[in-house]
Amino acid sequence: MRPYVRDKKTFSQSEVPENTCFEAGYLVSVNSGWRSIRPVIDNAKCVGCQQCYLYCPDGVISINDKKAAIDYDFCKGCGICAKICRLNAIRMESER
Amino acid sequence: MANTADSISREEYFYGHKACAGCGGSLAVRAALKVLGKNAVSVLPAGCMSAVGFNFPQLCFSNNSIISTFAGTASMLTGVEAGLRARGFKDFTAVGFAGDGGTADIGIQALSGAIDRNDNIIYICYDNEAYMNTGIQKSGLTPFGAKTTTTPAGKNIHGNIRPKKNMFEIAAAHDIPYAATASVGYIDDFIAKVRKASQIQGTKYIHVIAPCPTGWGVPVDETVNIAREVVDSGLWYLAEYENGEFKLNRKPKEFTSVADYLKKQGRFRHLSDEDIDIIIKSRDKKWEYIGKNFKFD
Ligand SMILES: Cc1ncc(C[n+]2csc(CCOP(=O)(O)OP(=O)(O)O)c2C)c(N)n1
Ligand code: SF4
Ligand code: SF4
Ligand code: SF4
Ligand SMILES: [Mg+2]
Repeated sequence: MRPYVRDKKTFSQSEVPENTCFEAGYLVSVNSGWRSIRPVIDNAKCVGCQQCYLYCPDGVISINDKKAAIDYDFCKGCGICAKICRLNAIRMESER
Repeated sequence: MANTADSISREEYFYGHKACAGCGGSLAVRAALKVLGKNAVSVLPAGCMSAVGFNFPQLCFSNNSIISTFAGTASMLTGVEAGLRARGFKDFTAVGFAGDGGTADIGIQALSGAIDRNDNIIYICYDNEAYMNTGIQKSGLTPFGAKTTTTPAGKNIHGNIRPKKNMFEIAAAHDIPYAATASVGYIDDFIAKVRKASQIQGTKYIHVIAPCPTGWGVPVDETVNIAREVVDSGLWYLAEYENGEFKLNRKPKEFTSVADYLKKQGRFRHLSDEDIDIIIKSRDKKWEYIGKNFKFD
């Protein structure tokens, strides 16, 4: 399980300043809009070595059934995964 | 060899953060928390990792986490550890993530105090070699020659004129139970060191090089490669301090080119051949010292 996007709560003035503690892992916005390019996994080439998973700064890669999968809501398109993959199983494609 | 990926939690504890694409600091924080797990209580001072992690109500840490004063990472860790212990909690790790400025300059006194008391905490300095969150000012860990907004590169002075402080050996000089250096480019080594630190009683200090593409002037997909190259060229080293002894973990057979490492980065592009020579000489001097004083097996 990873943190997921929830509804943005509304706060009244009196709730906020007194106590800025809040639930951990509470996400209200995605990062997908930051991307100009997106990583695309070639399942035929991916061997599930998990190197891309280890090095993704945003933690958006998971390994399911020995194949890498990307959470495009939070991937920023940095391209680190594509450079890490020794099998060239990740290609960066332009976002339209 | 067992895959490091299988040794850490599948959960993500630093997720949805607003760090720049390719941020090395965020990789360090993410990896360390995946070692320590959900019972890690993290403390972050002012700096990029708190700025990108806590944007109320977007809270990107899914473990308990708190912002400290800029100077007080280590003292807040002391309080967190003592408080939880007093309330009867046993299974937790108090871990700090502070930048190079927050560690080597402004937070050094609190850190020194915590080590002196031997509080049971892990202090991780993610070193991006400048005050990045406020727009790239020189810190005590900015290397010689680097251009920052406070050490500009001009005709007469070519960026920072001072060498990088030796924080690893400063921490070790307290005779701390465990200190280590690392780089996000060698993530398996970093993960192993965080795990080792979590199993040692007392204060632990880990200094991890975490490139900042924005401040270093490198493409965002080069973070990991440049974090490897700084080690491969001998300008950084992977080592540990334990039981009163220094140990080198990785000895490059032959150093890769220092000039190549520097010229890839906007912050060093202005350096002259003479400047690069100074950097190579200081590297060689450091390795002579390591050869004499660090064990390697
Ligand atoms: C006492 C105090 N002085 C200055 C600041 C402004 N400030 C916030 S973040 C920051 C830079 C932190 O640099 P570093 O510790 O290297 O972390 P980085 O941002 O590079 O990750 C500064 C100067 C502050 N928040 N508090
Ligand atoms: S690095 Fe490449 S081969 Fe390995 S899991 Fe990722 S995509 Fe698959
Ligand atoms: S492009 Fe960057 S953020 Fe996206 S999956 Fe690859 S490494 Fe992660
Ligand atoms: S400025 Fe640098 S350290 Fe800060 S979030 Fe961006 S890449 Fe990371
Ligand atoms: Mg910094």
